Amino acid sequence: MATPERPLSPFTDIYRWQITMTLSILHRITGVVLAIGAFGIAWWLLAVSASDMRYVEFTDLATSLPGRIVLAGFSYCLIYHLLNGLRHLLWDSGRGFEIKQFYLTGWTVVVLSFVFTGVLWMLALTHGGSP
Amino acid sequence: MSAQGTDKPMRTPLAQARGLGSAKDGVHHWWMQRLTAIALALLTPWFLWLLISLMGVSHPALRHMLGDPRRALPLLAFVIALFYHAKLGLQVVIEDYVHTRWMELTLQVITTFACAMGALTCVFAIVRIMFSP
Repeated sequence: MATPERPLSPFTDIYRWQITMTLSILHRITGVVLAIGAFGIAWWLLAVSASDMRYVEFTDLATSLPGRIVLAGFSYCLIYHLLNGLRHLLWDSGRGFEIKQFYLTGWTVVVLSFVFTGVLWMLALTHGGSP
Repeated sequence: MSAQGTDKPMRTPLAQARGLGSAKDGVHHWWMQRLTAIALALLTPWFLWLLISLMGVSHPALRHMLGDPRRALPLLAFVIALFYHAKLGLQVVIEDYVHTRWMELTLQVITTFACAMGALTCVFAIVRIMFSP
């Protein structure tokens, strides 16, 4: 059976860069990262429930420099995914489909994700008496 | 999806499509993803605030605070919604990008079991915090 060269459906490299495509793929990537992070929460709760020693081991790891870098990454992913998730819920309600609104809500998510992550870490570093 | 091969299929298209999932199933997935999303949109800010307020607290005090039903119950809701939402999201990512059937199935089984175990681990830990001195 002959298989002629048939046109493929347009893939991402066909399109000019737009913020909307970046935010869309970031939503997926942060989602996968957060699925991994969820096991970090399970680890934390298990450590708290187990014993004083297990808990100290966990906090030593979490407050070390590599631990803080990982936590910073998770916290940014969480806040980004949460904000962009609200954008998805807005679309689910049938709103926000004008081109202008895509850009407005998209950039709002980008700006707020950095602002909220910054505020969270300011609170964490000042409010908490951790070493 | 694998090709049918060169032989003409003896089964009707309807018979081949049966059992591969229905429209209702897709709607259920979509609906549960949104439902858990709404729950998480409410519980995640609370959880972050909880983490901040718990910072620098000693381990016994931390256990005491987390064991309080006012914190333990929303925390249970949070971790269950979290792992459910993660399972649904990972499922779609695997469906979209993994096109080798056996690999896709294996990954679906692994992520489903892992998310179930993650949720159960959290529930076990919270219950242990609540009921052990």
